[in-house]
Amino acid sequence: MRPILGFVRKETLHLLRDRQTLAILILLPLVQVLIFGFAVRTDVREIPIVVVDPTPDVATLELRERVAASERFRLVAVAPSTRELDSQFQEGSVRQALVLPRDVERRLGRGDTLAVQLLTDGSDPNTGGIMQGYATAVLRRWHADATPAARGLRIEVATRMRFNPTLESAHLFVPGLVAFVLTIVSALMTAISITREKETGTMEMLLVSPIRPAAIVAGKVTPYIALGFVSVLLVLVAARAVFEVPLQGSLLLLLAESGLYIVTSLALGIVISTRAPTQRTAMLAALAGLLMPTLMLSGFIFPLESLPSPLQALSHIVPARWFLVVVRGIMLKGAGLPTLWQETLILAGMTVLLLIAGSRRLTIRLD
Amino acid sequence: MSGPAIDARALTRRFGTFTAVDGISFQVERGEVFGFLGANGAGKTTAMRMLIGLLAPSSGSATVAGYDVATQAEQVRRRIGYMSQRFSLYEDLTVRENITLFGGIYGLSNRDIAERTGQILSRIGLQRAARELVREIPLGWKQQLAFCVALLHRPAVVFLDEPTGGVDPITRRRFWELIYEAGAEGTSVLVTTHYLDEAEYCNRISIMMDGAIAAMGTPSDVRRGLGAATLDEVFLRLTRPGAAV
Amino acid sequence: MRTIFFLVRKEFLQIFRDRTTVLQIFLIPVVQLLVLANAATFDLKQTRLLVVDEDRTTVSSGLVQRLEGGRQFRVVRRTSSGAGVEQALLDGEVTAVLHIPRRFEQDLVRHHRAPVQLILNAEEGAAVGIVQSSAAAILEAYAGELERTLPVMRGSSSAMMPAAPLDLRAQRWFNPTRNYKHYMVPALMVSLTTIIGLLLTAQNITRENELGTLEQLNVTPMTKVQFIAAKLIPFWLLSLVIFGLGLTIGKTVFDIPMRGSLPLVVLAVMVYLIVVLGLGLWISTVTRTQQQAMFVAFFVILIFLLMSGLFTPLESMPRWAQLAAEANPVKHFVFIMRAVLVRGAGLETVAGPILGLAAGGAAVLTLAVLRYRKSAA
Repeated sequence: MRPILGFVRKETLHLLRDRQTLAILILLPLVQVLIFGFAVRTDVREIPIVVVDPTPDVATLELRERVAASERFRLVAVAPSTRELDSQFQEGSVRQALVLPRDVERRLGRGDTLAVQLLTDGSDPNTGGIMQGYATAVLRRWHADATPAARGLRIEVATRMRFNPTLESAHLFVPGLVAFVLTIVSALMTAISITREKETGTMEMLLVSPIRPAAIVAGKVTPYIALGFVSVLLVLVAARAVFEVPLQGSLLLLLAESGLYIVTSLALGIVISTRAPTQRTAMLAALAGLLMPTLMLSGFIFPLESLPSPLQALSHIVPARWFLVVVRGIMLKGAGLPTLWQETLILAGMTVLLLIAGSRRLTIRLD
Repeated sequence: MSGPAIDARALTRRFGTFTAVDGISFQVERGEVFGFLGANGAGKTTAMRMLIGLLAPSSGSATVAGYDVATQAEQVRRRIGYMSQRFSLYEDLTVRENITLFGGIYGLSNRDIAERTGQILSRIGLQRAARELVREIPLGWKQQLAFCVALLHRPAVVFLDEPTGGVDPITRRRFWELIYEAGAEGTSVLVTTHYLDEAEYCNRISIMMDGAIAAMGTPSDVRRGLGAATLDEVFLRLTRPGAAV
Repeated sequence: MRTIFFLVRKEFLQIFRDRTTVLQIFLIPVVQLLVLANAATFDLKQTRLLVVDEDRTTVSSGLVQRLEGGRQFRVVRRTSSGAGVEQALLDGEVTAVLHIPRRFEQDLVRHHRAPVQLILNAEEGAAVGIVQSSAAAILEAYAGELERTLPVMRGSSSAMMPAAPLDLRAQRWFNPTRNYKHYMVPALMVSLTTIIGLLLTAQNITRENELGTLEQLNVTPMTKVQFIAAKLIPFWLLSLVIFGLGLTIGKTVFDIPMRGSLPLVVLAVMVYLIVVLGLGLWISTVTRTQQQAMFVAFFVILIFLLMSGLFTPLESMPRWAQLAAEANPVKHFVFIMRAVLVRGAGLETVAGPILGLAAGGAAVLTLAVLRYRKSAA
């Protein structure tokens, strides 16, 4: 035990003395939480829309006002014809257009069919669908109110958003961000710091010393466990203080699970570092094996349910996927271990496997 | 070039409150092999880094090959060669590729590069290894190669920072022969070392202590001045003034 | 010029000598494009639905049938009481719950309106909006259907008089088949090229610093401009090749639309890469170790990508963030790519952003050159 302790001390001092790295490691996650919380929104609002209204009258004025009043839309212009639309859509300055026929009020009064065209920039099918839905809703409501005779059946939907009632983006991003930051700090940084010793030749010196290789690696990664914890706490405090992200469940459980995930990430970092001869290789491997999967295959940005089934299967081996379920469960749903034991067990299993893989490589290298 | 190859006047470098080099003045003549001795941390490397333009002096001035190191750094760089303490050629390039690269940077013509590559390879007996990665060749050869690359563009002054660290005695001898050849061709050599036997090969030496020059002159002058029989003794007396010899 | 040539040659020799790196540089973007293009979708395949039907009438059953009929919902379970709903949401067994209250049919017949409650798991925010609007659409269609089929109560027939119908024709431009890949593949190409380019350049100078070779270069008469240019050119060419590969895959495998002019896209890429790689080089000059450089680069990449409109709509961001995004090269490049490839825009539309990128490129390169020091002060 003694040699390990001494070694841990050395590595900790290394890290503490390197103020610049330390500052970067601590500050950047914090900045990210703030930026994501404030700026990145997954909901759709302020859609730039044009109403084409060849013959303005009281009825169309009412519609225009409704569109302008909604925070979903930003009424860019009211145009007499569709002439400009093509170029406006191409520039992207307009993403939706509501094309009304002539003499709207007279047609409404006579009970004629009102042919309205709704054009939507559908290059992003998701946003396009949502935009179309919003505009349709506004239009239908206006039409229903403008034709008092029409009182058909209505099924009124009261929607309740469970676990995130205001659909606050920060609440959704923070759990994902915790996973992401831990992956970067723990896995990437350990992979690189071990590879660095290999690249500069100091690893050889350590390997011939009486310290066992496993102890060397343990010594190298221990400070990063602490650093990972600091990052998690900072992110949580910022999320709480600035965005009032709830913590429904137990803080202790959250920290314990974070601890587990930190070790998982470290183990991943070790496995990468035993295979990568240079820091560049380690970095690119971490990019391919960690960064992109954590972003894309964990449910952080894209819902897992949307993935095609082969990718859903693939996502099972991404540790962040399980950790994300755990963090979201604890923070947003107030779930406890009885609900989350499966995910926890899977993470623990992965960690053990990765650690075995990493240490086997290390001993082989010594022969 | 007229005047001395190196002319340092009250050259000083401070890091915060710590003075690494404290007002040193010395001159190195054309073709002279000048040894910089001193314990680790005495300020040898810092002084050298100021002379080659890697570090700006805090005060004082110096000219190398007639140009001021602070204001005419680019002129200086054209006329010097440098071999650092840490091996600093590209390990992932071959011997030949390294020579070509530095030849190109110093603006040698393709013919010159080809010609001098041949000379270097035959001089240090590396012809067969020309296509080997530098990573693969033994340390002694690496060091000789680094020295030859530092001389590739026929600089007026070449700076060697502990060039023989970790090298076997035979290679060290061979290395000093190369240094003499350079001196004989008119290149001034400033070399730091802590091998005292090597100091005896120098035309003149200076011994640095705590950032200042404690003694300077030909090896025999220095010995005589302190009444010592060997440079080892000189060194002991300077570093531990109280010690009886 | 000659110095630059020798330095560029050296970079290429170094890159191509390292087989693993070469493999990584080219394989990572290709594989990730092929794999992740399928992952980057909000297109919900199916929502697992729990129906709490307290009404248990033909009308409520009809509603459940309509929901099941569409491809959007899969009814996992149907119960007649609200017990266990909470747990089903908590376990993730279902992501949506439709609660049909008692007297649903009766209310519809008597009052022509009846409430239902839709509870959605809003954990994965992005998807919720789609689920909500498609549920609303199904309910609305069902209401319309009932209007025609439901035996209307006596006395209310006058209220059911048909009014001026609304003939709404919705069109989606640019991506009529709603192929998410057409939208995401260009975005992924941008992401991957940006990530690889930025990481490689950010790491490059610090690596030489760490290995000690930088010092040897610094004592040579090589100028700062020559040095930065020689670091830029190889990675610029490599990144162009990577992007070309991406474009080829996008066209041949995913059949992405190319409505606008290809040379215009290439011009934009060439300018854009200067900004990204210049930024990488600048990071490389301000950091001391590769570890730092990579960490900074990873975070810059993340912020750039997430605030570019690639994954989330730009319009939804607050004003200040939209202003800040003006300084984000990825945002402009994504705009150009989508405008030209998807919407077929021409030079007049994208000239502004391209010039902006060019100015940005000049600025970061100047910064990198100024920041790079051959000697310590």
